[in-house]
Amino acid sequence: MDGVHDMGGMHGFGKVPYEKDEPTFHHEWERRVWGLCQGSTYPDCANLDYGRHSIELMPPDLYLSYSYFERWLYSLTTTLLSGELVTLEEVQDGKAAPGSAPRTDAAGPETVDPYAHDEHRREIDAGPLFKVGDRVRTGNPHPPGHTRLPRYARDKVGHIHLHHGAHVLPDTNAHNKGESPMHLYTVALSARDLWGPDASVKDKIFLDVWECHLESA
Amino acid sequence: MSKEHTHSDSLQYPDLAHLPSDPALRMKAMESLLVEKGLVKPETIDAYIEKFEHEIGPHNGARVVARAWVDAAFRERLLRNATGAVRELGFIGSQTTDVVAIENTPDVHNLVVCTLCSCYPWTLLGLPPSWYKSYAYRSRVVREPREVLKEFGVELGEDVEVRVWDSTAEVRYLVVPERPAGTEEMSEEALAAVVTRDSMIGAAKLEV
Repeated sequence: MDGVHDMGGMHGFGKVPYEKDEPTFHHEWERRVWGLCQGSTYPDCANLDYGRHSIELMPPDLYLSYSYFERWLYSLTTTLLSGELVTLEEVQDGKAAPGSAPRTDAAGPETVDPYAHDEHRREIDAGPLFKVGDRVRTGNPHPPGHTRLPRYARDKVGHIHLHHGAHVLPDTNAHNKGESPMHLYTVALSARDLWGPDASVKDKIFLDVWECHLESA
Repeated sequence: MSKEHTHSDSLQYPDLAHLPSDPALRMKAMESLLVEKGLVKPETIDAYIEKFEHEIGPHNGARVVARAWVDAAFRERLLRNATGAVRELGFIGSQTTDVVAIENTPDVHNLVVCTLCSCYPWTLLGLPPSWYKSYAYRSRVVREPREVLKEFGVELGEDVEVRVWDSTAEVRYLVVPERPAGTEEMSEEALAAVVTRDSMIGAAKLEV
């Protein structure tokens, strides 16, 4: 979706609030929000891509006025509402509806392992359409749903820099319409092609693009 | 769960404006609700915080970099197949399943961003700092990386090529910073202590 989250290249956000050796969390509530979002039970539909899309779907004024961890808390809230694991009344009250039976299947602390992970790479029969060095043009889709092809990189000519094998396609997976695994490439684009004569002729932008968003150029 | 709730298109965006404006209060209300409903255990929240704030972090990435500096064969493997090389050290994990290592040299400076959200190699670098997640960084760094780097105190000559890596998939980019002068006699362990988080994003150069 052409949302406010797709900010690559936008003007007007000012200086980067760079803080050397910045701590991971600035407030205790940020710490708790993060743990809450990681440790909660989600509806089955809430895969990784769904989670990203749920933040993108925030009203843009709210997206911009909320801090990072506030966006996470909002995404958790709307996802649990959508999955009917909580009701709006319960969120408003901060209390379970009278008579509702608590679940007994929440993950315990023994399940927490930073090194546990799901693979995103898949084996597929189809070979890659492109090889490293090929000239390609990126697609120019403007779907209302989730995509990981940012606006600034659409309809641009560059070359294949790396091939990563086949990966789950977020465009469909976020909507629970299947993993649609397909070949994924890092594409190199010239900064000048993207941003015009103010950019250095030497500079390049690299981004990962799925095969469905590429054609030979 | 009924079928119509399995699509993110049906996500509910109710007006939550009347909830407390203080995020700490919103967090407390949500935590207490989810605990009461059996949707989360407080000790699981504690475990996530403890493990992701302290067990993982830039000290992991620093070990990869230091190894690459002292072990030419490892460096070769890291640059060719970083996922395999990182797996050798046991650091593949959450948000860090496929890794590409990119080396800063006197001629090429690499810088990593995620313009669409804030993707970041958690098990190598920990959770991202606020500036990495800021709108200013996400919007500007693909367009004017040299200006952003200058604000960070990294001045690059016109002859240096700047490469910006936008993390749009589940591939995570790890910058291998230049080994600073004066570290020739240092042990791998001492070298790891020199490597900073920001240098592995490409936002800083290293000095000793």
